[in-house]
Amino acid sequence: MAKRIDISNLDVFYGDFHAVEDVSMTIEPRTVTAFIGPSGCGKSTLLRTLNRLHEVIPGAHVKGSVKLDGTNLYGPGVDPVAVRRVVGMVFQRPNPFPSMSIFDNVASGLRLNGVKNKKLIAEAVEQSLLAANLWNEVKDRLGKAGIGLSGGQQQRLCIARAIAVEPQVLLMDEPCSALDPISTLAIEDLIGQLKERYTVVIVTHNMQQAARVSDQTAFLNLTAQGKPGRLIEVGSTEKIFSNPDQKATEDYITGRFG
Amino acid sequence: MSDTEAKVGSSGEVGDGLARSTGDQPAGPAPSADGHGPSLVDDPTLSPVTDDVAVSHHTHTPVPVVKGHTAHPDATTTAERSPARPAVSGIKLAKIRHTQDRIFRGLAGGSGLAIVLLVVFVGIFLLALALPSLLANQDNFLTSRNWTVAGNELRFGIAGLLWTTVLSSVLALVMSVPVAVGVALCLTQYLHRRASGPVSFVVDLLAAVPSIIFGLWGLTVLGPFLSPAAEWLIDNVGWIPLFSRSVDPKGSVFVAAVVLAIMILPIVTAISRDVFAQTPRDHIEAALALGATRWEVIRTAVLPYGRSGVISASMLGLGRALGETIAVMIILTQPAPNSPFTPSIFAGGETFASKIANNAAEFDSPSKTGAFIASGLVLFVVTFVVNAVARIIAERGHATS
Amino acid sequence: MSASSTTQAVAFQRPSGPRAVKNVLASVYVIAATVLAIVPLAWVLWSVISKGFRLLLTSSWWLQSQRGITPRREGGGAYHAIVGTLEMALICAVIAVPLGVLCAIFLIEYARGTKLARAVSFTVDILSGIPSIVAALFIYALFITIFGFGRSAVAVSLALVLLMLPVVLRSTEEMLKLVPDSLREASYALGVAKSKTIIKVVIPTAIGGIMTGVVLGLARVMGETAPLLILVSYAVGINFSPTADTMGALPTMINAGRDQAPQLPGYERVWAAACTLILLVMMLNLIARGLARASRLKEK
Repeated sequence: MAKRIDISNLDVFYGDFHAVEDVSMTIEPRTVTAFIGPSGCGKSTLLRTLNRLHEVIPGAHVKGSVKLDGTNLYGPGVDPVAVRRVVGMVFQRPNPFPSMSIFDNVASGLRLNGVKNKKLIAEAVEQSLLAANLWNEVKDRLGKAGIGLSGGQQQRLCIARAIAVEPQVLLMDEPCSALDPISTLAIEDLIGQLKERYTVVIVTHNMQQAARVSDQTAFLNLTAQGKPGRLIEVGSTEKIFSNPDQKATEDYITGRFG
Repeated sequence: MSDTEAKVGSSGEVGDGLARSTGDQPAGPAPSADGHGPSLVDDPTLSPVTDDVAVSHHTHTPVPVVKGHTAHPDATTTAERSPARPAVSGIKLAKIRHTQDRIFRGLAGGSGLAIVLLVVFVGIFLLALALPSLLANQDNFLTSRNWTVAGNELRFGIAGLLWTTVLSSVLALVMSVPVAVGVALCLTQYLHRRASGPVSFVVDLLAAVPSIIFGLWGLTVLGPFLSPAAEWLIDNVGWIPLFSRSVDPKGSVFVAAVVLAIMILPIVTAISRDVFAQTPRDHIEAALALGATRWEVIRTAVLPYGRSGVISASMLGLGRALGETIAVMIILTQPAPNSPFTPSIFAGGETFASKIANNAAEFDSPSKTGAFIASGLVLFVVTFVVNAVARIIAERGHATS
Repeated sequence: MSASSTTQAVAFQRPSGPRAVKNVLASVYVIAATVLAIVPLAWVLWSVISKGFRLLLTSSWWLQSQRGITPRREGGGAYHAIVGTLEMALICAVIAVPLGVLCAIFLIEYARGTKLARAVSFTVDILSGIPSIVAALFIYALFITIFGFGRSAVAVSLALVLLMLPVVLRSTEEMLKLVPDSLREASYALGVAKSKTIIKVVIPTAIGGIMTGVVLGLARVMGETAPLLILVSYAVGINFSPTADTMGALPTMINAGRDQAPQLPGYERVWAAACTLILLVMMLNLIARGLARASRLKEK
C-alpha cells in the first residue's frame, strides 16, 4: 500500500522567487523520513511539493520531478486534486472543521469525495479513530463538536481524518509544535504505528523528535540570506545524528547554529 | 478485527458506480477530454498488488480504488500487530468533477461581472435619459430656481434644490457631530465595557428605524414640540435673514434638519467610537503618566489620534443626510411655485431627493422624467464624491497613525 | 488624604482650579450627549407604540385589509400591507442573496488581492452609495419608460435588489475573510476540489455571519419607501400578485394617511401601521444579532 517516493532534481519556485534548489532523494515505503533544518530553509515548502499543496499559492511551480512508485506527480495531465487523495497531510496547527462533529470531521474526507454508504463510513470512522489512538476517548461523544477537544486530541482527530481516505503517503508538517509534551509523545507513538501502513514524511524543528521517530533524516539549509534552501545531506537517522558527512550538518546537530 | 479478505468486493454501491477493470494490470493512462488527464495511479508501472484501478466508461478520469490489502504479504503481519487498522475495503472515491469546479467558478465570476455591468449600465442609462432634457432646458440647470417640466417648454434648475439640500444637511451635521463625538467618548473613555455594550446597542438601534417613521414622527410630534422654540427664535432674532419667518415652523428646514441629525447620529457615533477605541494605549498611558485628568487625556491623546476618523465619519453622515428622501419629503412644506427665495431655516423647500419623491406620480413623459433623473444624478454624484472623500480621509488617517 | 500641609501631601492632591473644572465640564458634556442620543430613540418608540399598539392587539388588524375603509370609519386591518411588504422583500432577497453571496465568493476565494477584485469592489462601493430614490428612478426609467411594463411590485423588488445587494455582499465578504486559510488547506489536503471546498467547508463555517447580513439587509429594504412611491400604486385591498400594478405595503400605508386629523380613526391606523413596521424591523435586527452571537460562540 505505501509508496516509494523518488525526488529528482527538484527546484521549487514561488513566482520568480527560488525557494528550494536541486533536491534529490529517495524515500522508501513504510518508513518515516524527517526533514530538519533552521527556520526558512524550505523544509515545509519541500514537504508541500509532495502533495502539490504549494500550488494553492498563485505562481508556484517546480522544475524536476517527484515520483510516487514511478509515476511523476508533476507529469503532464496529472491533476493535483487526485494527487492529494493519495498523499495526505496533517498540519502544524490542528484544524478540524468547526462546523462539524467529531464523526463528521473524520468522515469529511470520504463524504466530500462522494462516498455515500453510511455503514462504510461508520466503519471507516471507527477504524481511523482506532488507528489514531483516539477512539477510546471519543467513542461516546462522536456527535460533539470537533473543536471541543484538547489540542492533542484535535491533532489526532486530524490524523484520523487524513487516514480515513486511505492515502498511500502521510505528510506531517510540524505536527507537534503546537502541542504540550504529553500530547507530543502520544503523537510520536502514533507515528511509530502509522509507519506500518503508510510512508510518513515529517517536518520537524525538534531534532530530538527527529532522532526518536524517523528512519531517515534529510537536513536542509540556507546557504546564504536570500538564496534558495538546499538539501545538504540525507541518510539514515543513526548516521546523521552520530556521524554526519557534512560539516554543516554536524554544526546544526550539535547546536552551533539554527 | 479479521483481515479484510472477507470484505473484498462487498462494497459495490458507493461512489459513482464505476466499473472495476477486469485484469490485474490496470489500463493505460487515458487522456481526458478536458485535458486534466488520468489520476496518477493509472500508470502501468504501478504494482498491481497494491492498487486496482477502475476506469469509468463515461469519462476518462479513472479513480484510485482504495482496496483492502488482501493478497499483500504485509497485510498479515500488520493484522497481527495491535490495533493498526485493517483497511475498510473497497471504498471508492467519486471521480473528480472538473466540470462542477468550472461551472461554480464561472458562476462566481459571472456574478461579479454582472454587478459591474449593472452599475455601469445604471450610470450610462441615467445619463442618457437625462441628457435630452438637459439639452432642451431653456433655463440654466445650475442657477435656475424654476421647475416647469410639463408641456413643451422645459425650464428647470436645481439652484433651489441645492440650497435646501445643503442647508438641511449641513445644519444636521452641525447638530449631530458634537453629540456623536460626545457619545463616542463616553462609550470608550468613560463607561465600563459592560455598560457601553447596551448603550451602543441602543444607539445602533436608532439606525434601524425606517425613515418613513422618522418622517411621520417628525411631522406630528417633533414639529409641534419645536414650534415654541422656533417661534421664540423668529421673534427675537428674526431680523437675521437666516432666522426670518417663512412658513409654519412645523414644516421648516429647521425641523427637517433636527430629524436628519437624529438619523445620522448612529453612523457618526459608531465610526467615531471605533476610532476612539483604537487609540494606542501608549498614547493614553503617556498622558496618564504625566498626571493628566481624564479630559486632558482625551484632549491630548484620543482626540488628535481620532481626528481624521471623526472627519471621515462626519462626511459619511453627510452623505447619508444628502440622500435622505422620505423623512424630508414628509416634513418639508413644498414651496409655492415662483415664490421668492428666502435663506431662512424656517422656510419650507425641497431637496433633490424629496422633489423626485413628491412628483412620483407624474413621470409620464420622457422629457419630464429626464429632468428628474438629471436632478437625481446630481444627487448621486454629490453623494458619491462625499463618500469617496470620507474614505480617502479615513485611509490617510490610518496611514499616518 | 494626608492632613497637614507638607510638600509631599500637597503633591498628591487632586488637581484643582481650572483643570478640575474643565474635567468636570467634560464629563457633564459627555454624559449629557449620551442622554441626548438615547432620548430620540426612546421618544420615537414611545410615540409609535403609545399611539399605535392598541390596534395591534386586535385580530382584525392582522387579518383584514383596508378595503372599503375610509379615514372616517373604524375597522379594517393591515393584512394587505404586511403581506405586501414581506412579499416584495422576499422577491428581492431571492435575487439579491445568491448574487451577493456568489460575488463575494468570487472576490475572496478566486480573485483575492487582484486588480480585478479591486475594480469590482470599487463598483460595489458605488452601488452602495446610490440613494434609494435614484435606484427607484433607474428601474422606472428602464422598465416602465423604456420597456413599457407598467408599475408593479416586481419593479419595486428590483429596485430593492440594488439596495440590498451591497449589504449582503459586504457582510459575506467579511465573513469569508474570517474563515482561516488552514481550513481550506485541510480540505485541499483531503483531495477535495476548490468548488466543493467552498460549498461544503467554507460556507458552512461562515454561514452564521452571512445570514446575519441577509437579515439586516431584509430589515433595511422593508423600511424603504421611495421605490414604493415611484414604482407601484398603493392598494387598500388584498392583492398578492407581484405583477399587478398595485400592492399594499406598510410604508405606503403610513404615507397614505400621514396628513390625517388626529380625531379621525384613520389617524390611529397610521400609527398602528408604523408600530407594525417598527416591530417587524426591530425583530429582524434582534434576530440578526442573535445569529451573530450564536455563530461567534460556535467558533469558540
